[in-house]
Amino acid sequence: MSKSERPSRLFRNLNAKVASIPMILTALVVFVGGTAWTVLYSFTNSKLLPRLNFVGLDQYYRLWATPRWLISIENLLIYGVISLVFSLVIGFILAALLDQKIRFEDTFRTIFLYPFALSFIVTGLVWQWLLNPDFGIQGVIRKLGWTSFAFDPLYNSSIVIYGISIAALWQGTGLIMCLMLAGLRGIDEDIWKAARVDGIPMWKTYLFIIIPMMRPVFITTLVIIASGIVKVYDLVVAQTSGGPGIASEVPAKYVYDYMFFAQNLGQGFAASTMMLLSVMIVIVPWAYLEFGGRKRV
Amino acid sequence: MSDQAVSLSAPSGAGHADASGPSGPKPRHIFSRRNIFLYGTLIVAALYYLLPLYVMIVTSLKGMPEIRLGNIFSPPLEITFEPWVKAWSTACTGLNCDGLSRGFWNSVRITVPSVILSIAIASVNGYALANWRFKGADTFFIILIVGAFIPYQVMIYPIVIILREIGLYGSLSGLVVVHSIFGMPILTLLFRNYFTSMPEELFRAARVDGAGFWGIYLRIMLPMSLPIFVVAVILQVTGIWNDFLFGVVYTRPDTYPMTVQLNNIVNSVQGVKEYNVNMAATILTGLVPLVIYFISGRLFVRGIAAGAVKG
Repeated sequence: MSKSERPSRLFRNLNAKVASIPMILTALVVFVGGTAWTVLYSFTNSKLLPRLNFVGLDQYYRLWATPRWLISIENLLIYGVISLVFSLVIGFILAALLDQKIRFEDTFRTIFLYPFALSFIVTGLVWQWLLNPDFGIQGVIRKLGWTSFAFDPLYNSSIVIYGISIAALWQGTGLIMCLMLAGLRGIDEDIWKAARVDGIPMWKTYLFIIIPMMRPVFITTLVIIASGIVKVYDLVVAQTSGGPGIASEVPAKYVYDYMFFAQNLGQGFAASTMMLLSVMIVIVPWAYLEFGGRKRV
Repeated sequence: MSDQAVSLSAPSGAGHADASGPSGPKPRHIFSRRNIFLYGTLIVAALYYLLPLYVMIVTSLKGMPEIRLGNIFSPPLEITFEPWVKAWSTACTGLNCDGLSRGFWNSVRITVPSVILSIAIASVNGYALANWRFKGADTFFIILIVGAFIPYQVMIYPIVIILREIGLYGSLSGLVVVHSIFGMPILTLLFRNYFTSMPEELFRAARVDGAGFWGIYLRIMLPMSLPIFVVAVILQVTGIWNDFLFGVVYTRPDTYPMTVQLNNIVNSVQGVKEYNVNMAATILTGLVPLVIYFISGRLFVRGIAAGAVKG
């Protein structure tokens, strides 16, 4: 499009630029600016108010010497491994079962996915009730006569994080199943025919042919699960409020509590910067694999 | 991602699949071992997923004496709707004893403008990125997408400062702004991909006819992309309704959204625990997204498959 008077570059496409102002502001001010601000202030000793009084890595030393943070990290790791392994395994198995040309596929899918429509708060509260030692699953089984039966993850500090993971899996596996099902449906029917002609058993076909072919789906799913793990917050707040004691604390809750209750902003910033770092460790290699090298339009 | 979501809807009803000719497995007996295993596993799994919903409903319909004596799985002997009434109108959070209704209306007043604003902004963004690319546009877009993966905790406090500076901290409008900001990456991606897939000729023809940026958006793009708007609305309504973190950070007790109020009601330490009221309140809070889920069906799946990218 050649124009006779050649308007200044800045004003070309002006409407699009004006319309993109919210996006530009969000990208620059909130995402880049906000992140840089938090990282910068994590090197200060801000307490009630943010102050630029630099103390080097002090906040980080203190962070890694705080038992509550160490417990949070340990919990996040356990929760993360459980979430990753079980939601991938259960999600894939459910998807494979649904992919067998079964009847009532829609009904089953609707049932498996509905928890995903619920918030983590609702999920946490329901499972808090189900795992209530007096009235929940434990209480019911004890009333049936097995009086020594013990299943009270929410009141036992050594297994509380598993109790939270159960609720998280209930809420999230439906989504993974959907993604996996989409992946399975994307596989050429001829592959199955060829495997059948060669007499390869079904489980072997899945394990050695289908799963390797679904690598991109698995990678995307992995990134989705991983970035969800780091953000876990509401579920813990609703289900245990971090208890018993500090046994089910997680990093996101640490950040929130230090920023808004303990009035120790510097600690909150340092902890959130550590969260950012851990996400980057997952995201950067993925983004590099996904977008690096070839240009996508 | 979106093309995978579409492929989900490829095989419709179960009866159809059998009609695809000799390609399928040979016809089997209904009670073959394979079928018993297959449906048995699926039904057990389905029961596991349905159990919490069942327990929630059953508990909310019982009186407290029955809960103390009975079994959480047994159906109510005497159905009472009192817990529902109490949860809605008289349950206490701190000093307020007007039930969840306050949180419900707050959530409505948060969700409706947030959904409209975030979708309006993001659809225009997507349209500009798809059809009116200007220099640097893609850079901002990439920042936006990468930003979707940054833990919210990193940006919470700077936003508190920004909102305080513009005088919106603690108000519902402040929360609407926050939701619009954090909804932007995924929605922009959704709209950009959709508008990119529309035929280029359409856009060119409109340009030749002299339509401008807004003219093309309002008269051509908008009417032609209703499905993606529906997907975006589903995605945003459930996402914003279910939000807890932003609600608790950016509002005050009298403007708390429903999720925050629910958590305060159920996890309050003072008073006798009324499990039936708690469960009624929990169902009430989950009702809006559940209704949307059951009504929207496949569109919901499309929405989350697209929205899942944001993690």
